[in-house]
Amino acid sequence: MIEFHLDGGSGLSPYQQLVRQVRHALRLGLLHEGDQLPKVKDVVAALAINPNTVLKAYRELEHDGLVAARPGVGTFVTATLGGGGSLAALGPLRQDLRRWLGKARRAGLDEESIEALFLSTFRSAAREDIA
Amino acid sequence: MTWLTWRQFRIPALAVYAALAAVGVVLAITGPDLVGRTEFTGDAESLYTGTMLAMYLLPAVLGVFWGVPMVTRELETGTHNLVWNQTVTRGRWLAVKLGTGALAAALAAGLLSLAVGWWASPIDTMASAQPENALWTRISPALFGARGIAPIGYAVFALVLGVAVGILLRRTVAAMAVTLVVFAAVQLLVPVLVRPYVLPATEEAVTITGENITRITGNQAGVIESIDVAEPSGAWVLTNETVDPSGAAVSPLPDAVQGCMPAPGEGLPDRQTVVGCLTQLSDLGYQQRLEYHRADDFWPLQWIETAFFLALSALLARFCFRRLRHLS
Amino acid sequence: MTALRAQSLGKKYKRRWALTGCTLDVPAGHVTGLVGPNGAGKSTLLNLAAGMLRPTTGTIEVCGGVPGSGPAQLAKVGFVAQNTPVYAGLTVDEHLRLGAHLNPSWDDALARRRVAGLGLDTAQQAGKLSGGQRAQLALTLGIAKRPELLLLDEPVAALDPLARRDFLADLMETVAEHGLSVVLSSHLVSDLERVCDHLIVLVESQVRITGEVEGLLATHHRLSGSRRDLDTLPADQHVVSASHTDRQTTVLVRTEAPILDPGWTVGRLTLEDLVLAYMSNPTAARPALEVLR
Repeated sequence: MIEFHLDGGSGLSPYQQLVRQVRHALRLGLLHEGDQLPKVKDVVAALAINPNTVLKAYRELEHDGLVAARPGVGTFVTATLGGGGSLAALGPLRQDLRRWLGKARRAGLDEESIEALFLSTFRSAAREDIA
Repeated sequence: MTWLTWRQFRIPALAVYAALAAVGVVLAITGPDLVGRTEFTGDAESLYTGTMLAMYLLPAVLGVFWGVPMVTRELETGTHNLVWNQTVTRGRWLAVKLGTGALAAALAAGLLSLAVGWWASPIDTMASAQPENALWTRISPALFGARGIAPIGYAVFALVLGVAVGILLRRTVAAMAVTLVVFAAVQLLVPVLVRPYVLPATEEAVTITGENITRITGNQAGVIESIDVAEPSGAWVLTNETVDPSGAAVSPLPDAVQGCMPAPGEGLPDRQTVVGCLTQLSDLGYQQRLEYHRADDFWPLQWIETAFFLALSALLARFCFRRLRHLS
Repeated sequence: MTALRAQSLGKKYKRRWALTGCTLDVPAGHVTGLVGPNGAGKSTLLNLAAGMLRPTTGTIEVCGGVPGSGPAQLAKVGFVAQNTPVYAGLTVDEHLRLGAHLNPSWDDALARRRVAGLGLDTAQQAGKLSGGQRAQLALTLGIAKRPELLLLDEPVAALDPLARRDFLADLMETVAEHGLSVVLSSHLVSDLERVCDHLIVLVESQVRITGEVEGLLATHHRLSGSRRDLDTLPADQHVVSASHTDRQTTVLVRTEAPILDPGWTVGRLTLEDLVLAYMSNPTAARPALEVLR
């Protein structure tokens, strides 16, 4: 069972954060098919947020085909993101990333510059994807 | 609602009833001593005054300590926000509390009056047989409110008055003071402005003879202002005045009899002479007019007075219910 | 289904209007936050909804009935007043008995479970409870009568942060379990942000803006760019607040349409920013703006 948390400074609304955390958990293999998501009542009691927020997040995940609600029982994971295949792809990707980081450091970039470079490239690439 | 009413009322109620029980014990112990006595002095006299005080104070105490806090306490602590949001309307809330309080007050006053009336009956009987003790007959203003069923009317009235003032002023201390003042004012004014007139008084024209003059009142200049004649025993005398042949009251007495009293400095007057001199008044056509309520009028007056105060209570209660709706 | 409907509602105390021209439509099944500075009229609105006050002008309808109009209506609405009043001389248990005696719809099992779950000693006098415990007791009395709508007037104002979090978490759990509607007032926006999905902003006795929180956040934007005259803005962009330096203009707008002008940098607002903008700009007032979603 995963545990949710809310980050006040993230700029994302609570329900968006919940959706993200479920997707993350699926990607990292913390959630498998058939696992139950925390009950609305429990999430709400732990985080002191509006139940509709949790319901909205679960509904969006259901709309994306990742979970399914079983009335009276709970909400369960029906699919994974990436699947076993992507887990295997993680290894080589990680190695590539290490090599790139080594190059960046040798070029003289400090940690903040590396982070800024990565984030700005990542964001502009994402925007291009949407546009 | 009855559970809550009792839970909130139990301490004030028990306090008063415990005090009454203590008084009752004292009266029960000392009561039998009084039977058959003809002189009531010392301890008996202080107890007598004490019971009178208790009878007059009880309604005031009930009004101030039972009535006022009924609403003001809720307003001052903010609990009216709690209780008026339960599934009970303000009307029902007040009806149960007021009804319980009024019943408890009536009972307390009734019991005390019963006990005191029993205890003081030897004194009362004696007083009503002696015209010179007019002040201490049951029907006299001093004692009327301390006997019979009138205290029940006073107690209920004081209680509802306390609640009404509490609703009006919303503050406990101020409401207690105002309730006390208003209640005292009513108690002082009713015997003067209301009670004498609720029943027709007995009127009597009495011939002034030597034997029946009981008092001569004069001023410092030696002028005789008025005389009193003997009054019927046990009665509440409203008027005891000299009237001329046309029926108008005269004071001071006409010049013709002013000479009956010796001028200041001429020595002490001799009663026989003065009285004999004053009987000239009847020759001149003057009479003494007596207006009084007979001793028998005691119970009719009691019923009327109680009804009057209960009617006042009903009016005040109506005010309470209407005003409560707009309270916040 | 409407939990609360007000039409031109107004309340006058002696000389002062505590609430004027209030028109609201609060849907059922949501947690609505009522926010505004002190003295704005929040308590007045809640008291009117609970039936503790009578309106001077206009009408108000709560759960389909007139507030305070009899036992049936009183049973539908739970109210926890400011400072969470309780009877200091009564114990916790006696408060529950009070609830049981005075409310036909009282759910005693629920009340006892809550009290046990909160760790309250039933024999303890309510006057000796801590602020947080008193608030929880008052909330229990409000919830256990199973109302359709729960009105809370600054319930957490006097509580420390932990007690405040516990109270809100517990309230949300109850909402999740029983599906009741809540209107909760606060002058702390951060509390409301997590807990409310509907909002009413009340400033100087008037409703400034009301609507679904997500909708409000989606339609309000902070635009910053070079200094310009605000008349040049398109008609469908309503200015809430604006500030200028010699070079720069920053303006907060409400609009349904997308921002197309490339000269603007568009920023997202937090709920607090939005509320503050409405609270500090009385001229932005247009009574009862509904953002329909």
